[in-house]
Amino acid sequence: MKAYDLAELAVRNLRESVLRNSLTTVGISVGVASLVAMLSLGIGLQQLATRRLVKSGLFDTVVVTSRRDLRNFNRDEDQGGLAPAESPALDEPSRQKIERLPNVTEAYPDLRFITSFTYDDKPHLTMVAGVPASYRTNDAFEGIQGSFFSSETSPEVILQKTFAAELLGKTSKPGSDEVPVGEIAKPLLGKEMTMRYAERMPASGASDPNSQGRQPHESNDSPEAATYSIVSRELKLKIVGVTDLDPDSMRGPVRARVLLPLKLVESLHVVQPTALRDTTQAASKVPTYSTISVRVKDPGKIQVVEDAIKKMGFNTFSMLDATRSLRRFFAVLDLFLGIFGSLALAVASIGIVNTLVMAILERRREIGIMKAIGASDGDVKKLFFAEAGVMGAFGGALGVALGWTIGRLINIGTNVYLKRQDLAPEQIWFVPWWLVGSAIAFAIVVSLVSGLYPAARAARLDPVQALRYE
Amino acid sequence: MTAVPDTKLQNTAPAICTENVCRHYAMGESLIRAVDGISIRVPSGEFVALLGTSGSGKSSLLNLIAGLDRPTAGAVVVKGKNLAELSREDLAKHRLHTVGMVFQSFNLIPSMTVIENVELPLRFAEVDRSQRDSLARGALDRVGLGRRLHHRPSELSGGEQQRTSLARALINRPKLLLADEPTGNLDSRTGAEIMNLIREFNESMGMTVVMVTHERALAGQYAQRLIFLADGKLVDDQPNAASVAGTTSEAGRA
Repeated sequence: MKAYDLAELAVRNLRESVLRNSLTTVGISVGVASLVAMLSLGIGLQQLATRRLVKSGLFDTVVVTSRRDLRNFNRDEDQGGLAPAESPALDEPSRQKIERLPNVTEAYPDLRFITSFTYDDKPHLTMVAGVPASYRTNDAFEGIQGSFFSSETSPEVILQKTFAAELLGKTSKPGSDEVPVGEIAKPLLGKEMTMRYAERMPASGASDPNSQGRQPHESNDSPEAATYSIVSRELKLKIVGVTDLDPDSMRGPVRARVLLPLKLVESLHVVQPTALRDTTQAASKVPTYSTISVRVKDPGKIQVVEDAIKKMGFNTFSMLDATRSLRRFFAVLDLFLGIFGSLALAVASIGIVNTLVMAILERRREIGIMKAIGASDGDVKKLFFAEAGVMGAFGGALGVALGWTIGRLINIGTNVYLKRQDLAPEQIWFVPWWLVGSAIAFAIVVSLVSGLYPAARAARLDPVQALRYE
Repeated sequence: MTAVPDTKLQNTAPAICTENVCRHYAMGESLIRAVDGISIRVPSGEFVALLGTSGSGKSSLLNLIAGLDRPTAGAVVVKGKNLAELSREDLAKHRLHTVGMVFQSFNLIPSMTVIENVELPLRFAEVDRSQRDSLARGALDRVGLGRRLHHRPSELSGGEQQRTSLARALINRPKLLLADEPTGNLDSRTGAEIMNLIREFNESMGMTVVMVTHERALAGQYAQRLIFLADGKLVDDQPNAASVAGTTSEAGRA
């Protein structure tokens, strides 16, 4: 029989006992719905976790350190390759070289130093870090109060929430209710504060402390670069923003509570921790960076980028292993959710077997007639198979819709709960297209497997026996 | 019509030939000999009646010729093929293309309309949808059922149902028409109409007809040859004197 005829006859036969077949189909759809609901929540949770982690920079940041550096980031000291003495210096040309690697979005030096600020005539000591301009567009500063830096070199400052609270004298005890960022930011935005810092100046000549935009390597050509003097400077900064970015996140300004535009920090020639060592290392005539953060286009390419940077002779560090085990966790979670979801489908498949076996008893005579007028065993088998398949397809489609609705309702319920707890709503449920397709396909496959026995039994039916019942 | 060359060929090869055919069932401890060593030859184009009381084995023999059942011993050769040796698949093809069957209880599928019932064998024969409708209408016209094509069998009279069943038997242009008590559920007038149709197919289309009946009178009125069975055995095989005169197919009798 042709496929179209088969489908037509199957649908016709199913319509003959609408109630029973509808109930069976509903059974399948409940099974598929539980599968889809479970998996959509699993996928949603995974995406939620991934979103959070991507924000923290866990997934897409590689930290590069020099092998010459004693303070090795990586516990795995021996990364192979060049000996420390032969390895390249982590300086501006190296940074540019890394930035030109494929799959790298940007590579920026981690410029940070501890210095003191004066606000309202009170001194505060904290860690300062430079923030690259690219942060304007990525989501690391999501929820910032005020605004991002107006330009890459403007004398502006963004404060971390805890430091902002400290400026206002509102240090909150751990465990006590958090003060919203907005409340802290309001009295600070637009105000000025003064930063005191130590500028590294070439010993040969004086330089203007406000000479912005001067590149560090300008003075590098001079043979005296390894000697310099340190001059104390002051710079007035305008507070433009307050962020509740976690200061301990992997992304960029690690443990820094005051953030300045990166280019501005570069132009200030603030003495870096590495500077002192530079003077003792004869080979180095160029200021080096202690670390460079490399942002990778796609978390999946971290390994490739890491390998390329290692080949250049640097040490690298990323949270790749951590993300790997996280992914493994979610794979197992999805598997378990899938198994629980499938249990209902397994029960539904028994319903299919039952319905079709009943249909054989009921349509015994009809099968006999079809055989008498020329239906082969294969035709009868295929017909019952098609009926199972059609029930599976309908049940699958209905189940996906039902599962989608259930997932959505759980999501809405969760968000109502989160709102009551004064937490931001989260999308914990997601139905990707592949899940829709594979759930329906799975329902059809399960139905067909359930149809195997009834179909074989119908095909074996002896027409003489079947027609004898008058 | 292909009657002329066919007749010559079929003089040598009969339409149906059974060779000591047996169909035994085990029923509990006892063995039922439904068909017990029957040998008959039915030339092409002949109208044969199988007569006997109920349980004589006439329906069992018909089922063996139809390929619905397999003999436990002996051979049933239809159109040169020994049905005992055919695969289940080939037996289905035999039922689909070589024979058309009509039953006492019509055996129409209740959920299908008249025209769908008639079309059904064409679906098994994988005939295109476009051709099916016209073929089915043609067959229904031939049995005199031009209307009520979209009614279900339950909405039809017995005669109309049997006409539908006849149209379905004809749809694949089989060479053999096997009828099992075709008038058993009909009143005598309607029964006669159906019998006249069957005789018409036999005469104008050259179809070989084997009809099972327990009515001696009916058989005598339409069949060219009467075969009497009792307890699964052949007891008498004779030409029907009454119908010989009116038969056009002289070549049919060997």
